[in-house]
Amino acid sequence: MAMSMRQRQRVSRTVQYAVLVAAVLAVALLADWPTLLGAAFNPEIIAQQFPGIIVTALKNTIIYTLLGFVVGVVGGVVLALMKLSSVAPYRWLATLYIEVFRGLPALLVFLAFGYGIPLAFGFRFNSYVTVMLALGLVSAAYIGEVLRAGLQAVPKGQMEAARSLGMSRTRAMVTIVIPQALRIVLPPMTNEIILLTKDSSLVYLLGMTVSQYELTKFGREGISATGAGLTPLVVAGACYLVITVPLGILARRFENRADKASR
Amino acid sequence: MSDASQTASHASASIRGLHKSYGPVDVLKGIDLEIDAGEVVCLIGPSGSGKSTLLRCVNLLETPQRGTIEVAGHEVTDPEADLDLARRSVGMVFQQFNLFPHLTVLENCTVAQTKVLRRSKREAAEAARRNLELVGLTDKADRYPDQLSGGQQQRVAIARALSMDPQLMLFDEPTSALDPETVGDVLAVMRSLAERGMTMLVVTHEMAFARDVADRVAFMDGGVIVEEGPAAEVIGDPQHERTRRFLSRVLNPTGVEAPED
Repeated sequence: MAMSMRQRQRVSRTVQYAVLVAAVLAVALLADWPTLLGAAFNPEIIAQQFPGIIVTALKNTIIYTLLGFVVGVVGGVVLALMKLSSVAPYRWLATLYIEVFRGLPALLVFLAFGYGIPLAFGFRFNSYVTVMLALGLVSAAYIGEVLRAGLQAVPKGQMEAARSLGMSRTRAMVTIVIPQALRIVLPPMTNEIILLTKDSSLVYLLGMTVSQYELTKFGREGISATGAGLTPLVVAGACYLVITVPLGILARRFENRADKASR
Repeated sequence: MSDASQTASHASASIRGLHKSYGPVDVLKGIDLEIDAGEVVCLIGPSGSGKSTLLRCVNLLETPQRGTIEVAGHEVTDPEADLDLARRSVGMVFQQFNLFPHLTVLENCTVAQTKVLRRSKREAAEAARRNLELVGLTDKADRYPDQLSGGQQQRVAIARALSMDPQLMLFDEPTSALDPETVGDVLAVMRSLAERGMTMLVVTHEMAFARDVADRVAFMDGGVIVEEGPAAEVIGDPQHERTRRFLSRVLNPTGVEAPED
């Protein structure tokens, strides 16, 4: 029998809720809760993670991320300008760079840095410099594309209007085009920082001392201690969320504001 | 209080033998046009006839391949000429307004004054307010462009251009992107500018405006000026077949036979 549109919507919604409830019940009933809680949420072990997880690991994660982001933004600006250059070889080089670094798993780039640079040059950089370069070079590829798209999203008429008022190309870029592009790229740039925060976990591939541990390494070292179970990783995971969730909220704010501005 | 548009010296412009092509496509095939100081010249003609390209060449947004353009006796097409300097004396109003959306109405009118002419903030704001008054939008100074109607935005764009004290104003189909009910306000502002003696070169499809306000009208088709003369003559009594065909289509778009006069 044919159903009306409204009836069909009601049935569809009931089915969706039923599936959800079934899935939650299945997990709740099937999981071995006492064992899981003991292994992953052991209060004693949680307490043991502090203060190291904050004063060393969280701090280092933030430092690595920021260092990488600074290099990424500088590199990204250069790549974006190269991609928009009127000189063709610059465009090719930028495209090549972006395709390679965006196309390779960050893990491979870090391995290349960890083993390749000492092989090639016979010395190791200070580990902060290596981290900064490895994270920065990967994120530059993504940030470069975000910035290029942002600059191109500013209508051509803006540059023309600025030029027709007597502004030089550079002046028009700085005063008129870039401020508008920045608004456009704020949400995707926030996403880049979130991705970078997580990629900073790959830093362990470069080899590090205890005082250089970031969240993931700290957590992995924690679970190798006898009887610790999964709890240290759970605490490390919570610390990532402490960074990334507020960033996500910030990104949504920016998006709402941009929507309002370009209404 | 002195009025910017009265104190500014208005320039003549002279275009000679102008050629412009995009690859194999010739858009302008030898344009000669004189505009006297204080004169209003309207460019009319079908789409793709090169009117807008001609206007953009005068402002050097496009570089012509051959020919010269002089504004106020200075050759702006001279490769040695300072483009930014040349553009300062020429104001441009675009079909799509091109206001800066991240700046307020007042800032739109002051940004080039402070950054290019190096005027003080106060001086720039004074000039901007004078020109906003001229276009009837003093009360919107602190709004952002997207809070204004199309017609208001276009009037702000005119005030923005005037704030640089141009000697020549270019209008590129300034009312084509507007809702019909706001066209009149923009045309009224342009008419008052003309009455103040501004030298103006206007690309337009508003035949009534061209007939009433322009001193001269030039009809362009296929990259050349087909016919040029006093507004009443070109629009009222066109000599060329192409001009006649164009005007009859524009003035009588539904195709009903117009009465002979």
